Parts: sequence; structure tokens; C-alpha cells
Amino acid sequence: MAIARLRDLFGAAMLFGIYSLLSAGVFVILDAPDVAFTEAAVGAGISTVLMLATLALTARSERPSARPQWLPLLVVAVTGAALIYGTLDMPRFGDPDAPVHRHVAPHYLQQGPIETGVPNVVTAVLASYRGYDTLGEVTVIFTAGLGVLTLLGLGRAGGAMAHHVILRVVSKLLLPLILLFALYVQFHGDYGPGGGFQAGVIFAAGFILYALVFGVGTASRVATPGALRNLVALGVLVFGGVGVATMLLGGDFLDYNALAADPVAGQHLGILLVEAGVGITVAAVMTTVFFAYAGRD
Amino acid sequence: MIDVAVDVLGWILLAGGGLLGVIGGLGVLRMPDFFTRLHAASITDTLCTASILAGLALLAGWSLALGKLFLILAFLFFAGPTSAHALAKAAVHGGVRPTKAGGQEAQSSNT
Repeated sequence: MAIARLRDLFGAAMLFGIYSLLSAGVFVILDAPDVAFTEAAVGAGISTVLMLATLALTARSERPSARPQWLPLLVVAVTGAALIYGTLDMPRFGDPDAPVHRHVAPHYLQQGPIETGVPNVVTAVLASYRGYDTLGEVTVIFTAGLGVLTLLGLGRAGGAMAHHVILRVVSKLLLPLILLFALYVQFHGDYGPGGGFQAGVIFAAGFILYALVFGVGTASRVATPGALRNLVALGVLVFGGVGVATMLLGGDFLDYNALAADPVAGQHLGILLVEAGVGITVAAVMTTVFFAYAGRD
Repeated sequence: MIDVAVDVLGWILLAGGGLLGVIGGLGVLRMPDFFTRLHAASITDTLCTASILAGLALLAGWSLALGKLFLILAFLFFAGPTSAHALAKAAVHGGVRPTKAGGQEAQSSNT
């Protein structure tokens, strides 16, 4: 509520970050560490950075509207009432007789580790059982990156913080660890909370930290605009390519069983490649978006 | 016997860390000036998280979780004070001056 009432956009961005952190805490309490991980990394980290970068490009506070907006209020009230009326029919939260818990979920929970060879059921569902949805998500991220690139382009401006010795030293110390941790999260997603999305975001956060402390120009020499553009497309290509490969090998689109002689090994290989594609695209898009915003000054 | 002692010490550290977090939060809300608020927040950042992590480490025993906790502790040791330093430096750059005891703003020096 405070976010909606605030006119100071900087404060609103900060409150959004706090709200994301609190949601991540709620997810942890609800026993969903994967979602909490992604929410904390994206919502409390990258989103806040990108919003602040946008604020640097636009105004600091919202322009007050000329007259009271009655029609939008009416539309929101009617839509909200309709949505609440729709939820009255839904089963109770956690009800074991609910349809969502009866048909597919027990199958995923029981057969998931056996059919895919991956102990983390979340990764198995995300990358294998519902791999097509994940392909859609990666394409959405790719399109967002495309949109930013066409609207803003990759700038090269930005001065370094020359006098901030402590920040430079600590950043140099921490950056290899951040990137290593991102790799660990990427490949550990099979066994614990983690996976492509979180790893991509942490990768991008490392590059953004470097760009913040040493300047966008220096960072652009490390992550060149050409390489970033290619990487943005490469991740989606890997994902879709795995699907096409499975079709060429005789199975359905994204049916990993066809990838190797042993179906479980095929599943494992398919999940590995698909998560790698997700990680590459997410990291490249986040870095691209930040460079596009920060390089505009 | 030693197990009970380690457990008790772990719980004491956890409780102490929680208390420090509450104190830090109270300080952030009640302190009059930006720099004093920053000091209160950085207490939460370093000492509170360090003691909670140390308490968890004592309760975890010799396991993989212990190694991970030590890595988190090392990372926060570097990142926590650095972020407080970055905040203070940004504030000085932006022109925020500490208020003196009488309630007046200190003179801005040529930084």
C-alpha cells in the first residue's frame, strides 16, 4: 500500500526491494527454497538495480495527475471483485483432495527422481516435465532483452570510481567468488535449490558489480556488446536446439528420453543442456539491460 | 557433556544474535542522524549475522553445512562493512553532514 501511495520513485524502488526480500522469507517459511532463492536474487537484487538505473534516466518523483481518476478506480474495483468471486470456488490451501494434488503432483513427486535421475523435483518439473513452459519463459526474457536493445542500444559512457579504493579492492576480491558461486548454483540445481535462472542472475550481478565500481566502459571491454548479443541468442538456441534434436532422434519435441541409449541418462543430459541455455540467456540479458541503461548518460 | 555445552553455547549465540538484530533495528528507527543510523544498521550487518552464523555452526556439527556456513561468514565479513562504507561514502559525496551535539549541522569540509 505504501508503494502505491508514494510519489517519490526512489523510495518506491527501495520499498519494492524490501517487499521482494520479505516475500523470499515467506517462501522459505512455506518450504519453497528454489522459489525463495529466485525471488531474493531477482526481486531484491537485480530488479532494484535496474529500477534505480531507470530512475537515473527518468524523473525522481511521479507527476501528480490533473484530476481524480474515477474510471480506472471503477475498472480496478470491478475486476478485483470478479477475481475474488472466482477464488471463492477454489479448494482450501493444502487440501489433499484438491485436483492439483490428485493427478499430476503425486506422479511428479514419486516418479520424478526415478524417471529423470534428478533428485531435485523442482528442477525435474521445470526442465523436463514442464520443459515447454520453461522454453516460453526463456523466450520472454530473450524478447525483453531484444526490446531493450532496440530501444536503447548498448552505450559506452560511464566513468569509473577512481577514488574509492576500498570498493575496488573488495570487489576484486569478491568477484571471482561470485562467479564461482554462480557456476555452483547452475550445476547444483539438480540436487538442491538452484538452477539456470538463479545462476544467470548471480552471473549478471557479478558483471553489474564490476560495471558499477570500475565503470561501464571498462566492463564493456570485458563483456563486449557483440559477445553479449550472441550470448542472448545462444541460450534460447540451445534450448530450442535440444528440442529439435530430440525430434530428429525420433522422439517428440523436448522428449529427452531420445537423447541417449538409456532414457534416464537422456533425461539427465537434456536437463543439463536446457538449464545451461537458460542460465546463459538470463545472464546475458540482465547484463545487456544494465549496460543499456547505465551507458546512456 | 561436551555436546551439551556446545549446544548451549550455540543457542546462546543464536539468541544473542537475534537480540542484536532487534537492537540494531531499534537503533535504525530511533537515531537522529544518518551516520548514527548507518552505524546501527552495520551492527546488524556484521555482529548480528556473525553470531547467528556462529551459533548455527556450533549446532550443525562437523558436516557439509559447517563448511558452507564458514563460507557465508567469510563473504559477509567482506561484504557487510564494505557496503556500510559505500553508503557512508555516497552520503558524504551527496553532501550529508553529521549533526553536532547541539543539533547544528557540522561545517562541510573541502573533500
